[in-house]
Order: sequence, then C-alpha cells, then structure tokens
Amino acid sequence: MSAAQAASARGRDIIFEYMAGSTWLLREAVPATTEAPRHSALVRITHWLTTLCFFALLLSGIEIVISHPRFYWGETGNVMTPSLFELPIPASRPWVKTGYSFVLPDQNGWSRNLHFEAAWVVILTGLVYVISSVLGRHLRKDLLPGGAGLTWRELSMDIANHLRCERPGEREAWSYNVVQRLAYLSVIFVLFPLAIWTGFAMSPALVSAFPVLATIVGGHQSARTIHFVVSVLLVLFLLVHIVMVCRAGFRNRMRAMITSGALSESEHT
Amino acid sequence: MSNFSRRKLITTGLAASAGASGLAVAVRLADRYGLIPPDYGGIYGPGTTLTYASHRLLTGQSLAREFPANQISRAPFAKLRPFTIEAYDSLRAGGFVDWRVNVDGLVARPSSFSLAELKGFPSRRQITQLACEEGWSFIAEWTGVPLMHILSAAQTLPQARYVVYYSIQRNWRQSIDMADALHPQTLLVYGMNGGELPMGHGAPLRLSLPRQLGYKSVKFINRITVTDSLKQFHKGSYSWYAGI
Ligand code: HEM
Repeated sequence: MSAAQAASARGRDIIFEYMAGSTWLLREAVPATTEAPRHSALVRITHWLTTLCFFALLLSGIEIVISHPRFYWGETGNVMTPSLFELPIPASRPWVKTGYSFVLPDQNGWSRNLHFEAAWVVILTGLVYVISSVLGRHLRKDLLPGGAGLTWRELSMDIANHLRCERPGEREAWSYNVVQRLAYLSVIFVLFPLAIWTGFAMSPALVSAFPVLATIVGGHQSARTIHFVVSVLLVLFLLVHIVMVCRAGFRNRMRAMITSGALSESEHT
Repeated sequence: MSNFSRRKLITTGLAASAGASGLAVAVRLADRYGLIPPDYGGIYGPGTTLTYASHRLLTGQSLAREFPANQISRAPFAKLRPFTIEAYDSLRAGGFVDWRVNVDGLVARPSSFSLAELKGFPSRRQITQLACEEGWSFIAEWTGVPLMHILSAAQTLPQARYVVYYSIQRNWRQSIDMADALHPQTLLVYGMNGGELPMGHGAPLRLSLPRQLGYKSVKFINRITVTDSLKQFHKGSYSWYAGI
C-alpha cells in the first residue's frame, strides 16, 4: 500500500468516525418525532434576499461599468490618463476608446437607482444576519471552523477531498466542512464588507464627512477598482457555490435552504 | 384557539400597528426636517430616500476634501457633446461681457448679475475632485462666488426650500436643497486652474458642488430660481440627490 493510499484510507476512517459522532449528536439533540431543521428561518430568508439583491447588484453593476470600462489607481483617472487595466468590452459612452465601432445604449438611470436600492437591502439584511449569527449560536456552531473541530489534519483532509473533486459525503449533509466554512466566512466578513466599504468610499458626500473611507483604500479611483475586483471575486464564489450545491445533490440542498425540510436517508445519496 | 396562539396574535397585531404608526410619525418628522427627497415616490423611492436622509443626518455641513496644488489633474477631461446655440455663440464672440445670470422665484429682490458683478462678490478658491457618475474623475482648482452670497443679495424668502439652476442648453437644469445651496463650497465658478473657465468646462459660468456627482455641477448657467417645491422642475431617470 502506497503512502497516498494509506492516507486516503485513514481519511475515510476519520470520516466514518466523524459521521458516527455527528449522527449520535443529532439524535441526542433532536427529538425523534420532529425533523431536524437544516437551516434556521433567519438564515434561509436572509440568504435568498441576499441572492436576489446580488443579482440586482450584478446586473446594474455591469450596466454601470460599461459606461467607463477603465480602471485606475489613486485619486483620479479619466480617458485622458493611463489606466491600470481596461475591460475588453464595448462602452456606453462615445468618449471611451474601446476598439469597438459601436456605442452601447446608456442605461445608467435605472441601473444606478436599482444598484443603490439593492445595496440598501443587502446592507440591512446583512446586518440582521451578522448580528443574529454573532449573538446566537450560528456563527460559533456552524460557521467558525472550531465548530467542525478545526485541526490541521481535518483541514488538509478537506482540501484534499476538494482537490480530488470528491462528492461531499454524508457528514456535509449536516454540517459545513472546513473549506466551506472558510469560504462562507470570507464572503461574509471580508468580501461583502469590502464591497460595502469601497461603495461608501465612492460617495463624495460620505467621504466629505468621513475622509478615511477613501484615504485608507488609496483614493476615489482605488476604491472603484477594489469594488470591481471584489465583485468579480463574489461572482467566482457564486459559481463555485452553485457547482458545489449541484454536486452535493441540488434538490435536497435547495429544499433544505428553501423550506428547511430535513434530508431523509433514502433521498440522500 | 390555544392560549399561546392568541397571545401571539395579539402581540403580532400590536407590534404591527405600533410599527405602522411609528413609520407614519417617522415620515412626518423626516419631511419636517428635510429628509425626504423630491423623488421619494416609485419603486426606487425607498433607496433614494434612505440615502438622502442618512446623508443629511450624517454629513451635516461637512466640507468636501480639498487637495494640495500638486494633486491638480494635468488632464482634466471635459465631457461635452458639441452643440450650436446661436445665443451662446454670439455671447461667446463678445467675450461673455453680456452674459447674465437671472435670479428669480422666491426672492424679495429678483436680480440679474453680469460676470463682472459676480466677480465683485467675495470669491473662493477650492481644489476639489469632480467625480462623474460614469466612474471617472479629476481634481481641479475652481474659483467662483459662493452661491449663498448671490442668494442673500437677492434675499431669499423664508419658505425657500430648493434652488433650481439652468444651463443655456435646452431642457437642462438641476436643483439642490437649501443645505447644499448655502454650503460654503457650493460655488458659481468663473475660473479654473488659475485661468478663465474653458468652454469645455462650462464657460463662462458653472456650478461647483463637490459633495455630489458631476451631473449636478451644471455648465453654462444663466438662470437661478428659488422655489418651495420641485413638482414642476424635477424629472428624468437620474436620482435627484447625487451624493450617492
Ligand atoms: C451571491 C449570492 C450568494 C451568496 C453570497 C451566498 C452565500 C451563502 C452562504 C454564506 C451560505 C451559508 C449560510 C449559513 O449557513 O449562514 C450559503 C448556503 C447555501 N446557498 Fe448560497 N449564496 C448565494 C447564492 C446562492 C444561489 C444562487 C444558490 C442556489 C443555486 C445558493 C444555494 C445555497 C444552498 C443550497 C446553501 C446551503 C448549503 C448547504 O447546506 O451545504 N446560494 N450561501
């Protein structure tokens, strides 16, 4: 038996041990007659509100960015100054040289209104979600890696499973694995806050009252560039997120996230 | 009905009616303290109202950032679609000596000022950033007369709530509330980067409103109207308040 085979066999043993442990815990915590709620109502409602807003922000964000698909670093930048990078797409303004012979229609009116309205809903929803997760047990129990028993062995096993593109096992039906936890945590506590911060940093009114909003990220144009990069990272997260949901069993996971119906053994394969 | 669900029903009902009346009171108060923008209606009303109200509460009379002279952009982009307006061309040919800005509406002394008269008022220079809603920006030094001096010369009436300003370009005007109209950095600009205001940047007279996006800094201003309602003035799909 090679070292790799030995390691993977050990990994399997640990999974089985873990599964036995967690089913036992579940039985203990949940009376046999009721089904275990997979996600709390608050998590489900805030999740789908955020998803709705994210698509609104994405669509309107794309509309806004095509009016000037050039990015800069520092305080200022415009078509007369060199760019940090440019998107190879057509623009909705004639003064931006894009290499395309046509100019897209200007849709910034409703786009900006939709963007800011969705941003408000995302911020308020996010506040409700974060505050209740921190005060309640959700953050500690379900999201912080400690709740899944973070050890290096655990983490490297999870990463190895991901790299080998293994289907999520039974264990993940009840609890997020470590990689998943770290991904969610960075979306919740790094990417979204950064997007909101740099969004505020582009507001001339807010920056007049709180200049640090813009200065700490390197200026108005830096804020815009970071806002764009963070949005791209969020889209990448979303793609991986959806792929993982499909691999784990789309119908079951979606049912759990929508109605919180628990997974039954027969359905879960 | 069990005791539990009845209690739940009563508390929910109480909470809902308390919430509804609380909201009604909040809206009345907000309107009284100038926290409701003129475009509060429609599907985007809630967003723009929350933005305007929170900015009015958070920013007060805060000053936009001013920059050192070495940060002035060497290439200040002037976005301008070419236009031909006979009146403008002939005024320009005459070096704008006949350019006038009329002040009317809710003022005790409707007035008209030439550029020379505007330059007679106390002036202000500020090096501020102009950010366009499209995403680009530049920093320039603007020289002009604070709008508040013009408004006090024309003696605005107590019921004044908004100031509308018009470009010589057809159907182009914008408006601001009194908080912005009386803000020390709200200038009627006639000079830029130490020289005259160039045509591309709105010669001979434009607004500088550095706490809002560029589309509120109207170029070629020739008329100012003070009003208590924007019902007949504000239209268009862009948000009225552009502090973002
Ligand atoms: C940008 C949009 C999205 C973000 C930021 C996001 C973020 C998250 C986060 C943070 C969680 C963990 C929730 C918690 O336990 O507190 C989660 C779970 C979940 N999300 Fe999303 N999500 C997004 C879009 C979607 C979409 C489009 C789908 C459906 C295709 C989806 C399906 C799910 C499911 C099924 C779970 C539960 C996963 C499990 O039980 O293993 N999400 N999402």
